[in-house]
Amino acid sequence: MPDNEIVRGGRLMRKLVWSTMAAFALLGVAAASAQQAQTPRKGGTIRMTGPYAASFGSLDPHVTPRAQDQIVNQAIHRPLYTWDTAANKLALELATDVQSSPDGLVHTFKLRNDVYFHNGRKMTADDVIWSYTRIMDGTKGYPGARYIRVIKGATDVEKGQAKEISGLKKIDDSTIEITLTDRVDPGYYLFPGTTAILPKEEVEKGNFAANPVGLGPFKFKEHIPGSRVVTERFDKFYKAGKPYADKLEVLLMAEAAARDVAFRNKEIDTSILGPAQYVAYRADPELSKGILEVAEMFTRAITFNHDVKPFGDKRVRQAINHAIDSELIIKRLVKDKAYRATSWLPPSSAAFDKSIKPYAFDQAKAKKLLAEAGLPNGFEWELTTSQNESWGLPIVEAIIPMLDKVGIKVKPKLVEATVLTEILMKGEHNSVISSNLTGPDSLAVLRSFYSKTPRTAGHYTNYSNPEFDKLLDAAAQEAELAKRNDLLRQANNLLYEDAPVWFFNYNKAVLAYQPWIHGLQPNPTEITHQYPEDVWVDTRSPAK
Amino acid sequence: MLLVLGRRVANIVPTLAAVIAVIFLLFSVLPGSFISAMNEDGRTTMDPAVMDRMRKEMGLDDPLPQRFVKYLANTAIGDLGTSFRTKEPVTKLVGNRLWPSLKLVLAAMAVAIAIGVPLGFIAALKPGSAIDTISMVGAISGLSLSQFWLGLMLMYLFALKLQWLPSFGYGDGGLRYLILPALALGVGPMALLARTTRAAVLEVLNADFVRTARSKGMSESRVVEWHVLRNALVLVVTTIGLQFGSLMGAAVVVEKLFSWPGIGSLLVDSVFQRDIPTVQGCILLIVTFFLAINTLVDMAYVAIDPRIRYR
Repeated sequence: MPDNEIVRGGRLMRKLVWSTMAAFALLGVAAASAQQAQTPRKGGTIRMTGPYAASFGSLDPHVTPRAQDQIVNQAIHRPLYTWDTAANKLALELATDVQSSPDGLVHTFKLRNDVYFHNGRKMTADDVIWSYTRIMDGTKGYPGARYIRVIKGATDVEKGQAKEISGLKKIDDSTIEITLTDRVDPGYYLFPGTTAILPKEEVEKGNFAANPVGLGPFKFKEHIPGSRVVTERFDKFYKAGKPYADKLEVLLMAEAAARDVAFRNKEIDTSILGPAQYVAYRADPELSKGILEVAEMFTRAITFNHDVKPFGDKRVRQAINHAIDSELIIKRLVKDKAYRATSWLPPSSAAFDKSIKPYAFDQAKAKKLLAEAGLPNGFEWELTTSQNESWGLPIVEAIIPMLDKVGIKVKPKLVEATVLTEILMKGEHNSVISSNLTGPDSLAVLRSFYSKTPRTAGHYTNYSNPEFDKLLDAAAQEAELAKRNDLLRQANNLLYEDAPVWFFNYNKAVLAYQPWIHGLQPNPTEITHQYPEDVWVDTRSPAK
Repeated sequence: MLLVLGRRVANIVPTLAAVIAVIFLLFSVLPGSFISAMNEDGRTTMDPAVMDRMRKEMGLDDPLPQRFVKYLANTAIGDLGTSFRTKEPVTKLVGNRLWPSLKLVLAAMAVAIAIGVPLGFIAALKPGSAIDTISMVGAISGLSLSQFWLGLMLMYLFALKLQWLPSFGYGDGGLRYLILPALALGVGPMALLARTTRAAVLEVLNADFVRTARSKGMSESRVVEWHVLRNALVLVVTTIGLQFGSLMGAAVVVEKLFSWPGIGSLLVDSVFQRDIPTVQGCILLIVTFFLAINTLVDMAYVAIDPRIRYR
């Protein structure tokens, strides 16, 4: 076959992949618009599930960074920004307008005038200042501090050198000026649930986690630790006519098999599906009608430590990317519950390049690259892995024979998932297979490969390429969004070429839902994080 | 009797101290730590200076013996520390789970005793009969069934197919929600109790004093009631005690499966998130429960069999 045909074949394949993904997206949109075509019903109970653990950490959103807790906290609390799942971008939530200074450092927010806490008090600029200052309390180690640190003077408070954050200035009750240390979009830093705005008087009463008061669409009613959280509609919520439902329950169900029975028994309205259930639900004529899927901002990859031989050699890393048949593993093992990774940034990123060509499964090329790198007979390598079914031992077991064919002998070293992070932080690895959060702030995500980033801040590869650093520096200085995204795209593509990791897949999150529930959003930041004010149930729901 | 109780309680203290030492040492050598619990998505999200300060405040940098003495002293006054994860007192977290856990364990034991003991008894009175064979095959199956599988089958049958009971959850704490998890948890001890009761009764039936009782013309029902039952009870009560005591720890799988808010599910969650203070609190409670039940069993011996005396 002439070369141009191979290229054409590749393009065809790419087109096919992208049209399939586009078709899925369209299906999602079609389903969403079909739902919107009906008039939302007021009333009823939404029954969501907390699938990630058998308990909630805390209902104080400043205390907990865990995805499971955010399911509830998104109903009770709100930060300054949210993620617009329809447009797939940041959106102002508690403010109506933001004006930015020409240097991109000072942002003046006009707060909404109709935002009330569940105790009836109106939210003002003071609440924003108090909440951000609380998050920076260095004696508590609040997880949101990593975001608020972008505000000028925040680290002084964290270190105990100041009582107030100098970058926060109240203009009047509904206007606040926020000065940042870097030219970044403040939305990325002020949309995480850990930066929610809380009422001082309620927090200071003590025992806030047991009696949380927020300004979200639902107010707290009851928490039975280890079982469920129940919330009720907040009538003074700032979005007119919302929320629709009277009640929202989040039921803890950590066991997938039990969740499956409960879902089929119509006791819950939504359920997260793993690979095995995904296959079963898709094959079922009824259940297959209620599946919502989205490419989440998680990239699964093998992180190589470039300080360890032979991973410092780009050709070796490229050889590994060529030697593994990723498509086959995704299809057979992951049961299509993933999209092939074609770079570090996920498809939902504005800097993602849709035209990028994935590493071809080509073991002859892999052998050639290894030979060029001085390793014609391959090498031995210990790969640290967890038990995870989608990005752990089963995947490693699948790549062992593939890599063996090019002379690379892989020995898996099994550790518990919690320990993975610690190994990476201490730099005690030569390679680790893991799932990595790769959104939504593409610049921050790519900083994990910036040579000056310390290891503990995520630079686990020790990858260093001056050209990449230069692109990132330029992007950080660029004020114009389109130009910045273009620079980030170039950096992301360069990264793909340099293969600092084995690019495996992007997680496809799958949410099963009952026919009576409407308005669910394909949220790529985390599919279980639904904005419940948009969700409604029709009269077919068995829950009253 | 009171003296005996006092002595037993005094014995508990050193046992508990030993257990606390083992738990403490075990978790100090476990890989994964505070750092994993306090940071998110695979990177240090906390300021290293803040982390150092917190480590110091929590005393995590102190030498092991010093930390141990501090932990022991705090435990002695009922302070189990603060959870890494929720930043709440561990006593509160564990306390929240105590009643649901107790309820589940009591219900499971009730199922086990109500079915297991009579079944074993009847089987022993008619050894080799159809009822003996059936109940012993049932008991062996009950012992070999995994709680997870059994729980799923119960859910499938009683919730999904028959629609009699809810498949999961704590609901309003009512009986409807308790039945399935109690059955799933109770079948194991029930099977063991049936077998133990059968063995105990058979042994007593062959004893000399039973033959004597029969030979002096006592009716069979009186023999069974007066001599067999009481003498067989010592072994049965021992088994009940052991099962009862270990059930709170063994309930982990059932609690997780049925989303039951007990100690077990809190323990598993805390282990995975390296919330060491909570893990220690949970284990301490489970062990204390075990020791308490054992003490009660020791007391029961005295009541059942006057020949048993504690010095």
